[in-house]
Amino acid sequence: MSNAAIARSARQRRKRAGEQARQAFAYLFLTAGSLVMAIPFLWMLSTSLKEQGREFEMPPKWIPEVFEWQNYVFVLTEADILKGFLNTLLVISLPCLVGLFTSALAANAFARMDFPAKNVLFTLLLATMMIPGVVTMIPTFILFKHIGWIDSWLPLMVPGMFGAAAAVFLLRQFFMTIPKELEEAAKVDGMNPLHIFLRIMLPLSKPAVITQGLLGFLAGYNDFLGPLIYINTPEKFTLQLVLASFQGFYTSQWTYIMAGSVLALIPSLLLFFFAQRYFVEGITLTGMKG
Amino acid sequence: MKRKEYAWAYLFISAPILGFLLFAFIPLSYSVYVSFTEYSGYQAPVFTGTENYVKLAMDDELFWKTLFNTFYSALSIPIGMAVALGIAMALNQKVRGIRFFRTMFFLPTISSVIALTLLWKWIFNDSYGLLNYLLELVGIRGPAWLSSETWAMPAMIIQGVWAGLGINMVLYLAALQGVPKSFHEAAEIDGASRWQRFVRITIPCISPTTLYILITSTITALQDFPRFQIMTEGGPNYSTTTIVYYLFQNAFRYMSMGYASAMAWALGLLILAITLLNFWLSRRWVHYD
Repeated sequence: MSNAAIARSARQRRKRAGEQARQAFAYLFLTAGSLVMAIPFLWMLSTSLKEQGREFEMPPKWIPEVFEWQNYVFVLTEADILKGFLNTLLVISLPCLVGLFTSALAANAFARMDFPAKNVLFTLLLATMMIPGVVTMIPTFILFKHIGWIDSWLPLMVPGMFGAAAAVFLLRQFFMTIPKELEEAAKVDGMNPLHIFLRIMLPLSKPAVITQGLLGFLAGYNDFLGPLIYINTPEKFTLQLVLASFQGFYTSQWTYIMAGSVLALIPSLLLFFFAQRYFVEGITLTGMKG
Repeated sequence: MKRKEYAWAYLFISAPILGFLLFAFIPLSYSVYVSFTEYSGYQAPVFTGTENYVKLAMDDELFWKTLFNTFYSALSIPIGMAVALGIAMALNQKVRGIRFFRTMFFLPTISSVIALTLLWKWIFNDSYGLLNYLLELVGIRGPAWLSSETWAMPAMIIQGVWAGLGINMVLYLAALQGVPKSFHEAAEIDGASRWQRFVRITIPCISPTTLYILITSTITALQDFPRFQIMTEGGPNYSTTTIVYYLFQNAFRYMSMGYASAMAWALGLLILAITLLNFWLSRRWVHYD
Protein backbone atom coordinates (compact mmCIF):
# COMPACT_ATOMS: atom_id res chain seq x y z
CA MET A 1 0.00 0.00 0.00
CA SER A 2 1.22 3.45 -0.78
CA ASN A 3 1.54 6.06 1.93
CA ALA A 4 -1.35 8.00 0.46
CA ALA A 5 -3.61 4.95 0.61
CA ILE A 6 -2.64 4.29 4.24
CA ALA A 7 -3.39 7.87 5.14
CA ARG A 8 -6.72 7.67 3.35
CA SER A 9 -7.81 4.50 5.11
CA ALA A 10 -6.74 5.95 8.47
CA ARG A 11 -8.83 9.01 7.74
CA GLN A 12 -11.81 6.86 6.85
CA ARG A 13 -11.41 4.82 10.01
CA ARG A 14 -11.27 7.98 12.08
CA LYS A 15 -14.36 9.27 10.32
CA ARG A 16 -16.21 6.05 10.95
CA ALA A 17 -15.21 6.13 14.62
CA GLY A 18 -16.49 9.69 14.82
CA GLU A 19 -19.76 8.67 13.29
CA GLN A 20 -20.13 5.80 15.73
CA ALA A 21 -19.44 8.08 18.67
CA ARG A 22 -22.02 10.51 17.37
CA GLN A 23 -24.58 7.76 16.98
CA ALA A 24 -23.89 6.49 20.48
CA PHE A 25 -24.40 9.99 21.78
CA ALA A 26 -27.63 10.31 19.80
CA TYR A 27 -28.94 7.09 21.35
CA LEU A 28 -27.98 8.23 24.81
CA PHE A 29 -29.69 11.59 24.33
CA LEU A 30 -32.83 10.05 22.82
CA THR A 31 -33.11 7.40 25.51
CA ALA A 32 -32.75 9.98 28.26
CA GLY A 33 -35.31 12.16 26.51
CA SER A 34 -37.74 9.29 26.09
CA LEU A 35 -37.46 8.57 29.80
CA VAL A 36 -38.30 12.18 30.60
CA MET A 37 -41.37 11.84 28.39
CA ALA A 38 -42.42 8.40 29.64
CA ILE A 39 -41.87 8.72 33.39
CA PRO A 40 -44.72 11.17 34.02
CA PHE A 41 -47.10 8.84 32.19
CA LEU A 42 -45.84 5.84 34.17
CA TRP A 43 -46.24 7.83 37.37
CA MET A 44 -49.83 8.56 36.36
CA LEU A 45 -50.51 4.89 35.71
CA SER A 46 -48.77 3.80 38.90
CA THR A 47 -50.70 6.29 41.05
CA SER A 48 -53.98 5.28 39.44
CA LEU A 49 -53.48 1.69 40.61
CA LYS A 50 -52.61 2.46 44.22
CA GLU A 51 -54.76 1.98 47.24
CA GLN A 52 -56.33 5.21 48.48
CA GLY A 53 -53.76 6.99 50.66
CA ARG A 54 -50.75 4.92 49.63
CA GLU A 55 -49.94 7.36 46.86
CA PHE A 56 -48.42 9.53 49.59
CA GLU A 57 -45.91 6.90 50.71
CA MET A 58 -42.29 7.96 50.46
CA PRO A 59 -40.23 6.70 48.75
CA PRO A 60 -42.92 5.96 46.18
CA LYS A 61 -43.43 2.38 45.02
CA TRP A 62 -43.52 2.31 41.23
CA ILE A 63 -45.36 -1.00 41.14
CA PRO A 64 -48.06 -1.15 43.80
CA GLU A 65 -48.15 -4.35 45.88
CA VAL A 66 -51.83 -4.78 45.15
CA PHE A 67 -53.37 -3.37 41.98
CA GLU A 68 -56.36 -1.37 43.11
CA TRP A 69 -58.66 -1.72 40.07
CA GLN A 70 -61.39 -0.39 42.29
CA ASN A 71 -60.19 3.14 41.44
CA TYR A 72 -61.18 2.60 37.84
CA VAL A 73 -64.47 0.99 38.76
CA PHE A 74 -65.22 3.96 40.99
CA VAL A 75 -64.33 6.53 38.36
CA LEU A 76 -66.37 4.73 35.71
CA THR A 77 -69.45 4.25 37.84
CA GLU A 78 -69.56 6.96 40.50
CA ALA A 79 -67.86 9.76 38.61
CA ASP A 80 -69.37 10.61 35.25
CA ILE A 81 -66.39 9.67 33.09
CA LEU A 82 -68.41 7.34 30.87
CA LYS A 83 -71.25 9.81 30.53
CA GLY A 84 -68.78 12.55 29.68
CA PHE A 85 -67.21 10.36 27.04
CA LEU A 86 -70.57 9.65 25.42
CA ASN A 87 -71.48 13.34 25.56
CA THR A 88 -68.20 14.20 23.87
CA LEU A 89 -68.87 11.68 21.11
CA LEU A 90 -72.35 13.11 20.59
CA VAL A 91 -71.02 16.65 20.49
CA ILE A 92 -68.12 16.15 18.12
CA SER A 93 -69.08 13.36 15.69
CA LEU A 94 -71.58 15.21 13.55
CA PRO A 95 -69.68 18.53 13.30
CA CYS A 96 -66.55 16.59 12.50
CA LEU A 97 -68.11 14.75 9.56
CA VAL A 98 -70.21 17.61 8.25
CA GLY A 99 -67.36 20.09 8.68
CA LEU A 100 -65.01 17.82 6.80
CA PHE A 101 -67.48 17.57 3.94
CA THR A 102 -68.15 21.31 3.69
CA SER A 103 -64.42 22.06 3.93
CA ALA A 104 -63.63 19.57 1.18
CA LEU A 105 -66.36 20.97 -1.08
CA ALA A 106 -64.99 24.47 -0.72
CA ALA A 107 -61.43 23.25 -1.15
CA ASN A 108 -62.49 21.56 -4.37
CA ALA A 109 -63.99 24.79 -5.69
CA PHE A 110 -60.90 26.82 -4.77
CA ALA A 111 -58.55 24.24 -6.28
CA ARG A 112 -60.35 23.40 -9.50
CA MET A 113 -63.17 25.74 -10.39
CA ASP A 114 -63.18 29.18 -11.86
CA PHE A 115 -65.44 31.94 -10.57
CA PRO A 116 -65.45 35.70 -9.99
CA ALA A 117 -63.86 37.00 -6.79
CA LYS A 118 -62.21 33.62 -6.16
CA ASN A 119 -58.93 35.03 -4.87
CA VAL A 120 -60.58 37.66 -2.69
CA LEU A 121 -62.82 35.08 -1.05
CA PHE A 122 -59.95 32.68 -0.53
CA THR A 123 -57.78 35.36 1.06
CA LEU A 124 -60.69 36.34 3.29
CA LEU A 125 -61.05 32.77 4.47
CA LEU A 126 -57.33 32.45 5.12
CA ALA A 127 -57.42 35.65 7.13
CA THR A 128 -59.72 33.96 9.65
CA MET A 129 -56.83 31.67 10.57
CA MET A 130 -54.89 34.74 11.69
CA ILE A 131 -57.62 36.05 13.98
CA PRO A 132 -56.75 35.19 17.59
CA GLY A 133 -59.58 33.11 19.07
CA VAL A 134 -59.66 35.37 22.11
CA VAL A 135 -61.07 38.27 20.08
CA THR A 136 -64.12 36.37 18.82
CA MET A 137 -64.75 34.50 22.09
CA ILE A 138 -66.87 37.17 23.80
CA PRO A 139 -69.00 38.38 20.85
CA THR A 140 -69.71 34.78 19.82
CA PHE A 141 -70.85 34.09 23.37
CA ILE A 142 -73.14 37.14 23.21
CA LEU A 143 -74.52 35.92 19.88
CA PHE A 144 -75.38 32.48 21.26
CA LYS A 145 -76.79 34.04 24.40
CA HIS A 146 -79.18 36.12 22.31
CA ILE A 147 -80.55 33.10 20.51
CA GLY A 148 -80.82 31.13 23.75
CA TRP A 149 -78.21 28.47 23.06
CA ILE A 150 -76.28 28.83 26.34
CA ASP A 151 -76.04 25.60 28.32
CA SER A 152 -76.75 23.56 25.22
CA TRP A 153 -74.38 21.69 22.91
CA LEU A 154 -75.35 23.76 19.88
CA PRO A 155 -72.60 26.41 20.24
CA LEU A 156 -70.08 23.56 20.30
CA MET A 157 -71.61 21.83 17.29
CA VAL A 158 -72.97 24.34 14.81
CA PRO A 159 -69.90 26.52 13.99
CA GLY A 160 -67.81 23.46 13.11
CA MET A 161 -70.31 22.32 10.52
CA PHE A 162 -69.51 25.32 8.35
CA GLY A 163 -66.02 23.98 7.79
CA ALA A 164 -62.66 25.21 8.98
CA ALA A 165 -60.34 27.56 7.12
CA ALA A 166 -57.28 25.44 7.90
CA ALA A 167 -58.93 22.31 6.51
CA VAL A 168 -60.02 24.15 3.37
CA PHE A 169 -56.49 25.37 2.86
CA LEU A 170 -54.79 22.01 3.30
CA LEU A 171 -57.30 20.04 1.28
CA ARG A 172 -57.00 22.59 -1.50
CA GLN A 173 -53.24 22.01 -1.57
CA PHE A 174 -53.90 18.32 -1.94
CA PHE A 175 -56.61 18.63 -4.59
CA MET A 176 -54.28 20.72 -6.72
CA THR A 177 -51.89 17.78 -7.02
CA ILE A 178 -54.52 15.46 -8.53
CA PRO A 179 -54.12 15.18 -12.33
CA LYS A 180 -56.80 16.98 -14.29
CA GLU A 181 -57.34 14.32 -17.00
CA LEU A 182 -59.81 12.21 -15.04
CA GLU A 183 -61.88 15.23 -14.20
CA GLU A 184 -61.93 16.39 -17.81
CA ALA A 185 -63.01 12.96 -19.06
CA ALA A 186 -65.83 12.98 -16.52
CA LYS A 187 -66.89 16.44 -17.69
CA VAL A 188 -67.07 15.18 -21.27
CA ASP A 189 -69.26 12.35 -20.01
CA GLY A 190 -71.61 14.98 -18.65
CA MET A 191 -71.00 14.54 -14.91
CA ASN A 192 -71.91 17.60 -12.87
CA PRO A 193 -69.39 19.15 -10.45
CA LEU A 194 -70.92 17.50 -7.39
CA HIS A 195 -70.66 14.11 -9.04
CA ILE A 196 -67.07 14.75 -10.02
CA PHE A 197 -66.28 15.76 -6.46
CA LEU A 198 -67.94 12.72 -4.90
CA ARG A 199 -66.83 10.12 -7.44
CA ILE A 200 -63.36 11.30 -8.39
CA MET A 201 -61.82 13.97 -6.17
CA LEU A 202 -62.91 12.63 -2.80
CA PRO A 203 -61.86 8.98 -3.34
CA LEU A 204 -58.51 10.09 -4.74
CA SER A 205 -57.72 12.23 -1.73
CA LYS A 206 -58.62 9.75 0.98
CA PRO A 207 -55.33 10.11 2.97
CA ALA A 208 -55.60 13.89 3.15
CA VAL A 209 -59.27 13.74 4.11
CA ILE A 210 -58.61 11.12 6.80
CA THR A 211 -55.76 13.22 8.20
CA GLN A 212 -57.97 16.29 8.44
CA GLY A 213 -60.75 14.22 9.98
CA LEU A 214 -58.46 12.79 12.64
CA LEU A 215 -56.98 16.16 13.53
CA GLY A 216 -60.47 17.64 13.78
CA PHE A 217 -61.74 14.78 15.90
CA LEU A 218 -58.80 15.00 18.29
CA ALA A 219 -59.13 18.77 18.61
CA GLY A 220 -62.81 18.37 19.43
CA TYR A 221 -62.16 15.54 21.88
CA ASN A 222 -59.56 17.58 23.77
CA ASP A 223 -61.41 20.90 23.62
CA PHE A 224 -61.90 22.40 27.06
CA LEU A 225 -62.45 26.12 26.55
CA GLY A 226 -65.62 25.76 24.44
CA PRO A 227 -67.47 23.50 26.89
CA LEU A 228 -66.17 25.59 29.80
CA ILE A 229 -67.77 28.73 28.39
CA TYR A 230 -71.06 27.26 27.20
CA ILE A 231 -72.02 24.31 29.40
CA ASN A 232 -73.23 24.70 32.99
CA THR A 233 -75.35 21.63 33.72
CA PRO A 234 -73.24 18.66 34.91
CA GLU A 235 -75.39 16.20 32.90
CA LYS A 236 -74.23 17.91 29.72
CA PHE A 237 -70.52 18.01 30.62
CA THR A 238 -68.10 16.72 28.03
CA LEU A 239 -65.31 14.41 29.11
CA GLN A 240 -62.78 17.23 29.57
CA LEU A 241 -65.17 19.15 31.82
CA VAL A 242 -65.88 16.05 33.89
CA LEU A 243 -62.17 15.46 34.26
CA ALA A 244 -61.50 19.08 35.24
CA SER A 245 -64.26 18.87 37.84
CA PHE A 246 -62.42 15.97 39.53
CA GLN A 247 -60.14 18.53 41.12
CA GLY A 248 -62.97 20.04 43.09
CA PHE A 249 -64.70 16.76 43.90
CA TYR A 250 -61.73 14.62 44.83
CA THR A 251 -59.34 17.16 46.31
CA SER A 252 -55.99 15.41 46.87
CA GLN A 253 -57.51 12.02 46.05
CA TRP A 254 -54.86 11.59 43.43
CA THR A 255 -55.64 7.92 42.81
CA TYR A 256 -59.06 8.85 41.43
CA ILE A 257 -57.80 11.88 39.56
CA MET A 258 -55.07 9.84 37.88
CA ALA A 259 -57.43 6.96 37.07
CA GLY A 260 -59.76 9.43 35.37
CA SER A 261 -56.85 10.98 33.50
CA VAL A 262 -55.65 7.58 32.27
CA LEU A 263 -59.14 6.77 31.00
CA ALA A 264 -59.40 10.14 29.26
CA LEU A 265 -56.10 9.49 27.46
CA ILE A 266 -56.98 6.02 26.17
CA PRO A 267 -59.15 7.03 23.18
CA SER A 268 -56.65 9.53 21.80
CA LEU A 269 -53.77 7.09 22.34
CA LEU A 270 -55.61 4.33 20.46
CA LEU A 271 -56.42 6.72 17.65
CA PHE A 272 -52.80 7.78 17.47
CA PHE A 273 -51.33 4.29 17.43
CA PHE A 274 -53.60 3.14 14.64
CA ALA A 275 -53.17 6.26 12.55
CA GLN A 276 -49.74 7.57 13.47
CA ARG A 277 -48.80 8.01 9.81
CA TYR A 278 -51.71 10.37 9.16
CA PHE A 279 -50.94 12.53 12.18
CA VAL A 280 -47.28 12.95 11.39
CA GLU A 281 -47.99 13.64 7.72
CA GLY A 282 -50.75 16.07 8.56
CA ILE A 283 -48.58 18.10 10.91
CA THR A 284 -45.61 18.09 8.58
CA LEU A 285 -47.82 19.27 5.74
CA THR A 286 -49.15 22.11 7.87
CA GLY A 287 -45.63 23.22 8.68
CA MET A 288 -44.37 22.96 5.13
CA LYS A 289 -47.00 25.31 3.82
CA GLY A 290 -46.54 27.81 6.64
CA MET B 1 -72.37 27.26 -19.42
CA LYS B 2 -69.93 29.49 -17.59
CA ARG B 3 -72.65 30.89 -15.40
CA LYS B 4 -73.74 27.43 -14.43
CA GLU B 5 -70.21 26.57 -13.32
CA TYR B 6 -70.07 29.75 -11.23
CA ALA B 7 -73.29 28.74 -9.54
CA TRP B 8 -71.84 25.34 -8.63
CA ALA B 9 -68.65 26.94 -7.33
CA TYR B 10 -70.52 29.42 -5.15
CA LEU B 11 -72.64 26.58 -3.82
CA PHE B 12 -69.48 24.66 -2.95
CA ILE B 13 -67.90 27.52 -1.02
CA SER B 14 -71.13 28.76 0.54
CA ALA B 15 -70.76 26.99 3.91
CA PRO B 16 -67.27 28.23 4.88
CA ILE B 17 -68.06 31.73 3.59
CA LEU B 18 -71.28 31.83 5.57
CA GLY B 19 -69.36 30.50 8.58
CA PHE B 20 -66.84 33.29 8.10
CA LEU B 21 -69.58 35.91 8.14
CA LEU B 22 -71.47 34.45 11.10
CA PHE B 23 -68.62 33.41 13.36
CA ALA B 24 -65.80 35.75 12.40
CA PHE B 25 -66.84 38.90 10.60
CA ILE B 26 -70.02 39.79 12.50
CA PRO B 27 -68.69 38.91 15.98
CA LEU B 28 -65.49 40.78 15.23
CA SER B 29 -67.31 43.93 14.17
CA TYR B 30 -69.70 43.71 17.09
CA SER B 31 -66.84 43.23 19.50
CA VAL B 32 -65.24 46.49 18.36
CA TYR B 33 -68.43 48.24 19.40
CA VAL B 34 -68.75 46.33 22.70
CA SER B 35 -65.20 47.29 23.62
CA PHE B 36 -66.37 50.93 23.78
CA THR B 37 -69.29 50.15 26.09
CA GLU B 38 -70.14 48.96 29.54
CA TYR B 39 -71.94 45.67 29.09
CA SER B 40 -72.88 43.00 31.60
CA GLY B 41 -74.45 40.65 29.09
CA TYR B 42 -77.89 41.25 30.64
CA GLN B 43 -78.83 44.88 29.98
CA ALA B 44 -78.13 46.61 26.69
CA PRO B 45 -74.57 47.92 26.26
CA VAL B 46 -74.02 51.52 27.39
CA PHE B 47 -71.61 53.52 25.26
CA THR B 48 -68.74 54.85 27.36
CA GLY B 49 -66.29 56.04 24.72
CA THR B 50 -62.68 55.16 25.30
CA GLU B 51 -63.14 54.60 29.03
CA ASN B 52 -62.31 50.86 28.89
CA TYR B 53 -59.10 51.47 27.01
CA VAL B 54 -58.05 54.30 29.31
CA LYS B 55 -58.71 52.12 32.34
CA LEU B 56 -56.68 49.34 30.73
CA ALA B 57 -53.69 51.53 30.07
CA MET B 58 -53.79 53.72 33.19
CA ASP B 59 -55.63 52.15 36.11
CA ASP B 60 -55.41 48.41 35.89
CA GLU B 61 -52.18 47.18 37.41
CA LEU B 62 -53.36 43.61 37.14
CA PHE B 63 -53.64 43.93 33.37
CA TRP B 64 -49.98 44.86 33.12
CA LYS B 65 -48.98 42.19 35.58
CA THR B 66 -50.84 39.50 33.64
CA LEU B 67 -49.34 40.80 30.40
CA PHE B 68 -45.91 40.44 31.95
CA ASN B 69 -46.78 36.94 33.19
CA THR B 70 -47.86 35.96 29.69
CA PHE B 71 -44.54 37.01 28.19
CA TYR B 72 -42.70 35.35 31.04
CA SER B 73 -44.52 32.08 30.32
CA ALA B 74 -43.62 32.46 26.64
CA LEU B 75 -40.01 31.67 27.64
CA SER B 76 -41.09 28.12 27.00
CA ILE B 77 -40.98 28.91 23.26
CA PRO B 78 -37.22 29.44 22.76
CA ILE B 79 -36.36 26.71 25.28
CA GLY B 80 -38.77 24.29 23.65
CA MET B 81 -37.53 25.09 20.14
CA ALA B 82 -33.90 24.48 21.10
CA VAL B 83 -34.69 21.16 22.78
CA ALA B 84 -36.91 20.05 19.89
CA LEU B 85 -34.17 20.86 17.39
CA GLY B 86 -31.68 18.84 19.45
CA ILE B 87 -33.99 15.84 19.49
CA ALA B 88 -34.72 16.14 15.79
CA MET B 89 -30.99 16.27 15.03
CA ALA B 90 -30.38 13.16 17.12
CA LEU B 91 -33.24 11.40 15.32
CA ASN B 92 -31.70 12.45 12.02
CA GLN B 93 -28.47 10.48 12.80
CA LYS B 94 -29.79 7.38 11.03
CA VAL B 95 -30.73 5.87 14.41
CA ARG B 96 -32.82 2.76 14.66
CA GLY B 97 -36.17 2.78 16.39
CA ILE B 98 -36.97 6.23 15.04
CA ARG B 99 -40.68 5.38 15.16
CA PHE B 100 -40.49 4.48 18.84
CA PHE B 101 -38.62 7.63 19.81
CA ARG B 102 -40.89 9.82 17.72
CA THR B 103 -43.93 8.31 19.40
CA MET B 104 -42.49 8.94 22.86
CA PHE B 105 -41.93 12.62 22.21
CA PHE B 106 -45.23 12.96 20.44
CA LEU B 107 -47.44 11.47 23.17
CA PRO B 108 -48.25 14.72 25.03
CA THR B 109 -49.22 16.41 21.76
CA ILE B 110 -52.22 14.14 21.29
CA SER B 111 -53.10 13.93 24.98
CA SER B 112 -55.79 15.92 26.73
CA VAL B 113 -54.44 19.18 28.14
CA ILE B 114 -56.57 18.66 31.24
CA ALA B 115 -55.23 15.17 31.94
CA LEU B 116 -51.63 16.33 31.45
CA THR B 117 -52.13 19.37 33.64
CA LEU B 118 -53.66 17.31 36.45
CA LEU B 119 -50.75 14.89 36.11
CA TRP B 120 -48.16 17.64 36.43
CA LYS B 121 -50.00 19.20 39.33
CA TRP B 122 -49.45 15.90 41.12
CA ILE B 123 -45.82 15.74 39.97
CA PHE B 124 -45.18 19.27 41.30
CA ASN B 125 -46.80 18.46 44.66
CA ASP B 126 -44.24 19.74 47.18
CA SER B 127 -44.30 16.90 49.69
CA TYR B 128 -45.47 13.87 47.72
CA GLY B 129 -44.71 14.83 44.13
CA LEU B 130 -42.41 12.91 41.84
CA LEU B 131 -40.21 15.86 40.96
CA ASN B 132 -39.19 16.77 44.48
CA TYR B 133 -38.64 13.09 45.23
CA LEU B 134 -36.27 12.78 42.28
CA LEU B 135 -34.52 16.01 43.25
CA GLU B 136 -34.07 14.67 46.76
CA LEU B 137 -32.36 11.57 45.34
CA VAL B 138 -29.63 13.85 44.00
CA GLY B 139 -29.52 15.86 47.20
CA ILE B 140 -31.59 18.88 46.18
CA ARG B 141 -34.41 20.10 48.34
CA GLY B 142 -37.06 21.09 45.80
CA PRO B 143 -39.18 24.22 46.23
CA ALA B 144 -42.92 24.23 46.88
CA TRP B 145 -43.38 24.65 43.15
CA LEU B 146 -46.98 25.68 42.63
CA SER B 147 -47.52 27.47 45.92
CA SER B 148 -44.40 29.60 45.60
CA GLU B 149 -44.62 32.95 43.89
CA THR B 150 -41.09 32.50 42.58
CA TRP B 151 -41.39 28.92 41.34
CA ALA B 152 -44.94 28.66 40.04
CA MET B 153 -44.16 30.22 36.67
CA PRO B 154 -40.95 28.23 36.12
CA ALA B 155 -43.02 25.13 36.86
CA MET B 156 -45.52 26.16 34.19
CA ILE B 157 -42.67 26.75 31.74
CA ILE B 158 -41.23 23.29 32.43
CA GLN B 159 -44.63 21.73 31.87
CA GLY B 160 -45.15 23.77 28.72
CA VAL B 161 -41.82 22.73 27.22
CA TRP B 162 -42.45 19.07 28.03
CA ALA B 163 -45.94 19.10 26.55
CA GLY B 164 -45.03 21.03 23.40
CA LEU B 165 -41.94 19.15 22.22
CA GLY B 166 -43.72 16.70 19.92
CA ILE B 167 -45.04 18.99 17.22
CA ASN B 168 -41.87 21.06 16.94
CA MET B 169 -39.74 17.91 16.84
CA VAL B 170 -41.77 16.44 13.96
CA LEU B 171 -41.58 19.73 12.05
CA TYR B 172 -37.84 20.10 12.60
CA LEU B 173 -37.19 16.49 11.64
CA ALA B 174 -39.01 16.98 8.33
CA ALA B 175 -37.02 20.17 7.73
CA LEU B 176 -33.69 18.48 8.53
CA GLN B 177 -34.49 15.65 6.14
CA GLY B 178 -35.00 18.29 3.46
CA VAL B 179 -31.48 19.77 3.82
CA PRO B 180 -29.57 18.67 0.67
CA LYS B 181 -26.75 16.26 1.56
CA SER B 182 -24.58 17.77 -1.17
CA PHE B 183 -24.34 21.04 0.81
CA HIS B 184 -22.78 19.26 3.78
CA GLU B 185 -20.48 17.17 1.58
CA ALA B 186 -19.22 20.19 -0.30
CA ALA B 187 -18.58 22.06 2.95
CA GLU B 188 -16.80 19.06 4.43
CA ILE B 189 -14.44 18.89 1.46
CA ASP B 190 -13.71 22.58 1.96
CA GLY B 191 -12.68 21.72 5.52
CA ALA B 192 -15.65 23.19 7.40
CA SER B 193 -15.99 21.91 10.95
CA ARG B 194 -19.14 20.26 12.25
CA TRP B 195 -20.13 23.41 14.15
CA GLN B 196 -19.48 25.63 11.11
CA ARG B 197 -21.66 23.39 8.99
CA PHE B 198 -24.42 23.52 11.61
CA VAL B 199 -24.36 27.31 11.78
CA ARG B 200 -23.79 28.03 8.08
CA ILE B 201 -25.83 25.25 6.44
CA THR B 202 -28.30 23.56 8.75
CA ILE B 203 -29.62 26.66 10.52
CA PRO B 204 -30.24 28.68 7.32
CA CYS B 205 -31.77 25.68 5.52
CA ILE B 206 -34.32 25.05 8.26
CA SER B 207 -35.02 28.73 8.92
CA PRO B 208 -38.48 28.71 7.24
CA THR B 209 -39.56 26.01 9.71
CA THR B 210 -38.08 28.00 12.59
CA LEU B 211 -40.12 31.03 11.53
CA TYR B 212 -43.28 28.93 11.23
CA ILE B 213 -42.84 27.44 14.70
CA LEU B 214 -41.96 30.82 16.18
CA ILE B 215 -45.07 32.50 14.78
CA THR B 216 -47.57 29.75 15.56
CA SER B 217 -46.21 29.12 19.05
CA THR B 218 -46.23 32.82 19.86
CA ILE B 219 -49.87 33.13 18.85
CA THR B 220 -50.74 30.07 20.93
CA ALA B 221 -48.64 31.00 23.97
CA LEU B 222 -50.06 34.50 24.21
CA GLN B 223 -53.55 33.00 24.45
CA ASP B 224 -52.72 30.09 26.74
CA PHE B 225 -54.81 29.67 29.85
CA PRO B 226 -56.67 26.40 30.60
CA ARG B 227 -53.56 24.74 31.98
CA PHE B 228 -52.97 27.74 34.26
CA GLN B 229 -56.52 27.56 35.52
CA ILE B 230 -56.17 23.87 36.41
CA MET B 231 -52.63 23.98 37.76
CA THR B 232 -52.53 27.14 39.89
CA GLU B 233 -55.81 29.01 39.40
CA GLY B 234 -53.59 31.93 38.53
CA GLY B 235 -51.91 32.09 41.93
CA PRO B 236 -50.16 32.49 44.19
CA ASN B 237 -50.82 36.21 44.31
CA TYR B 238 -51.58 36.39 40.55
CA SER B 239 -48.08 35.24 39.70
CA THR B 240 -49.42 32.81 37.09
CA THR B 241 -52.51 34.68 35.91
CA THR B 242 -52.05 35.02 32.17
CA ILE B 243 -53.75 37.78 30.25
CA VAL B 244 -56.39 35.52 28.69
CA TYR B 245 -57.14 34.02 32.10
CA TYR B 246 -57.68 37.53 33.46
CA LEU B 247 -59.79 38.41 30.43
CA PHE B 248 -61.85 35.25 30.89
CA GLN B 249 -62.52 36.12 34.52
CA ASN B 250 -63.57 39.63 33.58
CA ALA B 251 -65.94 38.40 30.89
CA PHE B 252 -67.49 35.35 32.49
CA ARG B 253 -67.00 35.77 36.26
CA TYR B 254 -67.42 39.52 36.78
CA MET B 255 -69.55 39.87 33.64
CA SER B 256 -67.64 42.92 32.43
CA MET B 257 -68.00 42.04 28.77
CA GLY B 258 -67.18 45.51 27.53
CA TYR B 259 -63.97 45.75 29.49
CA ALA B 260 -62.99 42.20 28.55
CA SER B 261 -63.61 43.00 24.88
CA ALA B 262 -61.28 45.97 25.10
CA MET B 263 -58.72 43.67 26.64
CA ALA B 264 -59.25 41.13 23.85
CA TRP B 265 -58.66 43.81 21.23
CA ALA B 266 -55.56 45.07 22.98
CA LEU B 267 -54.21 41.52 23.01
CA GLY B 268 -55.37 40.81 19.45
CA LEU B 269 -53.58 43.89 18.12
CA LEU B 270 -50.50 43.02 20.16
CA ILE B 271 -50.48 39.52 18.64
CA LEU B 272 -50.87 41.02 15.18
CA ALA B 273 -48.02 43.45 15.81
CA ILE B 274 -45.73 40.69 17.09
CA THR B 275 -46.58 38.47 14.12
CA LEU B 276 -45.83 41.28 11.67
CA LEU B 277 -42.63 42.08 13.54
CA ASN B 278 -41.62 38.45 13.30
CA PHE B 279 -42.24 38.46 9.56
CA TRP B 280 -40.38 41.72 9.12
CA LEU B 281 -37.36 40.60 11.13
CA SER B 282 -37.43 37.25 9.36
CA ARG B 283 -36.22 38.89 6.15
CA ARG B 284 -32.83 39.08 7.82
CA TRP B 285 -32.57 35.47 8.92
CA VAL B 286 -34.95 33.30 6.93
CA HIS B 287 -33.70 31.83 3.66
CA TYR B 288 -36.06 30.32 1.12
CA ASP B 289 -34.11 27.87 -1.08
